[in-house]
Amino acid sequence: MRRSSKNISAAEKEGKIGRISQLPLRVALKFTFQNMRIRFGREVLAAGGTFLGTAFLMATFMLNTVRHAIEKEIPPDIQARAIWIASVALVVCTIGITNSMLIAVSERFREIGTMKCLGALDSLIVRLFLLEALFLGISASLGGAILGFVSSFLVHWGRYGWGELIAHLPVGGILQNFLLVFIIGVALTVIATIWPAYRASRLPAAAALRIEV
Amino acid sequence: MAIAEYIVRTKDLVKEYIMGDTVLRALDGVSLDIKRGEYISIMGPSGSGKTTLFNMIGGLDRPTAGSVFIDEVDIAQLDAYELAWLRCRRIGYIFQTFNLIPVMTALENVTLPMIFAGLTTDEAIEKGVELLKLVGLGDRLHHKPNELSGGQQQRVAIARALANDPGIVLADEPTGNLDLRTGKEIITLLKKLNQERGVTIISATHDLKMIDVSDRVVWIRDGKIERIEERAQLEISVGEIGGEEI
Repeated sequence: MRRSSKNISAAEKEGKIGRISQLPLRVALKFTFQNMRIRFGREVLAAGGTFLGTAFLMATFMLNTVRHAIEKEIPPDIQARAIWIASVALVVCTIGITNSMLIAVSERFREIGTMKCLGALDSLIVRLFLLEALFLGISASLGGAILGFVSSFLVHWGRYGWGELIAHLPVGGILQNFLLVFIIGVALTVIATIWPAYRASRLPAAAALRIEV
Repeated sequence: MAIAEYIVRTKDLVKEYIMGDTVLRALDGVSLDIKRGEYISIMGPSGSGKTTLFNMIGGLDRPTAGSVFIDEVDIAQLDAYELAWLRCRRIGYIFQTFNLIPVMTALENVTLPMIFAGLTTDEAIEKGVELLKLVGLGDRLHHKPNELSGGQQQRVAIARALANDPGIVLADEPTGNLDLRTGKEIITLLKKLNQERGVTIISATHDLKMIDVSDRVVWIRDGKIERIEERAQLEISVGEIGGEEI
C-alpha cells in the first residue's frame, strides 16, 4: 500500500498524520461476547457442525480405547475405518463452519465497513472474527466431547455390562481422548474461520455506505 | 505551520470503474476546494458520481487519477495505518442508514472511535456523555440502537462522528431515512455544530432542505461539477425551485 515513504515521513514530522492504536483485548472480548449473545440462534447453528463432529470423533476414539482395554485386541481394519469415517465427518464440519462464517461476513458488511470508517484496522476485524471462532470452538468442542463420551459410555455399558465396564474402564486413556478431541475441535473451528475473517478484513470501508443487503 | 485555508482539496479527480468490457467514468476531472468551517452540500441525481466523490474525499476509496488533499496531505501517499488514523481522528462519518453497531449502547457507540484513538475508557466515557448531551440524548446513554427512533439513532451517529474532534464531518444522505420533521431537526443540529464548533460539514444529498443551511452547493452531473452556487445565489434559486420542494 505504501507508495512513497519519503512523503509519509515528512508528514509525520509535521505531526499531521499519526498511526492508529489497537483495540484493547478487554473491549474486543466484550464486543465478541455481546455479538454472540445477540446472534445466539445463528451461533448455535454455526457451532452445530463442530459439536456433532467432535461428538462423533470422541465416540470413535473411545470405542478404540475401551475395546482395547477390555478385549485387549481389536482388528486394525475396524480401528482404521472408524478413524477414517471420523476424519471425513470433521472435514465436512469444517466446511460447514467456513460456510456459516462467510454468511456472517456478508451479513455484517455494513458493520465492518463502519468499524473501518471509525478507524479499525484490517487486523482488528480478523481478530474479532477469530475470537468469535475461538469461543464457538471451545463451547462446541467441550459439549461435543461430553456428548461423545456419554453416548459411547452408554453403548459400552450395554455391550459389556456395568461391572465389567467399570472394572476395566481406561480412565487415563479416555481423558487423553477427551483432551485430543477438544483440541482438534477448537483448532478446526479457528482454522475454518481464517478465510472468512480475511475476506471480512478486505471489505472496503466504503461498504458502510451501501444500502442493499 | 499555519493552518491551511482549505481543509479539503481535490485536483483533477478521475475515478473509473471497470464493468466487464466497458470502463465507466464515475468522476471526470473534479477539482474542488473546500474551506475550513464551510457547510457544503454535494447535490446531483443518483448515478451522478456524488457518492464516488464522497468516498474519495473521505479516504474510503482511491482515485484512478488526480489527488485528494486533506489538510494539505495527499491521501494517496498514506499507508493503511495512517489512513485508518485519518479516518479516526480527522473525519467523522454520518450515514443514511445510521450504521450504529447494533450490539453496543449509545454511549459505547460514541466511545468506540475514542478507544481506537487511544483514549482511556474513563476519558472516553466522560467525553461520550458530554457529546450525547450535546445532541440532546443525555437521558438515552445506555439504550441500544434498536431501542431508539431513527432520529435518535442519527443523533447518536452525529455524536459518534464528533468523538475525536474531527475537522471534517462527512454526511452521506443524512436525512434520507428520516421523515420531514426529524430530517429538519438533524439538519438544524448539523448547522448548529458547524457554527458553534467550526467543523466543516460536507454532505452528499438530494434533500433540498439542505440548501437553506449550506454555504455552497456543488451540483454534480455525469461525473463533472456542473456548477457551484454560493450562499447569495442560493437564496434566489431556492425560490425558483420552491415548487419542487417535497
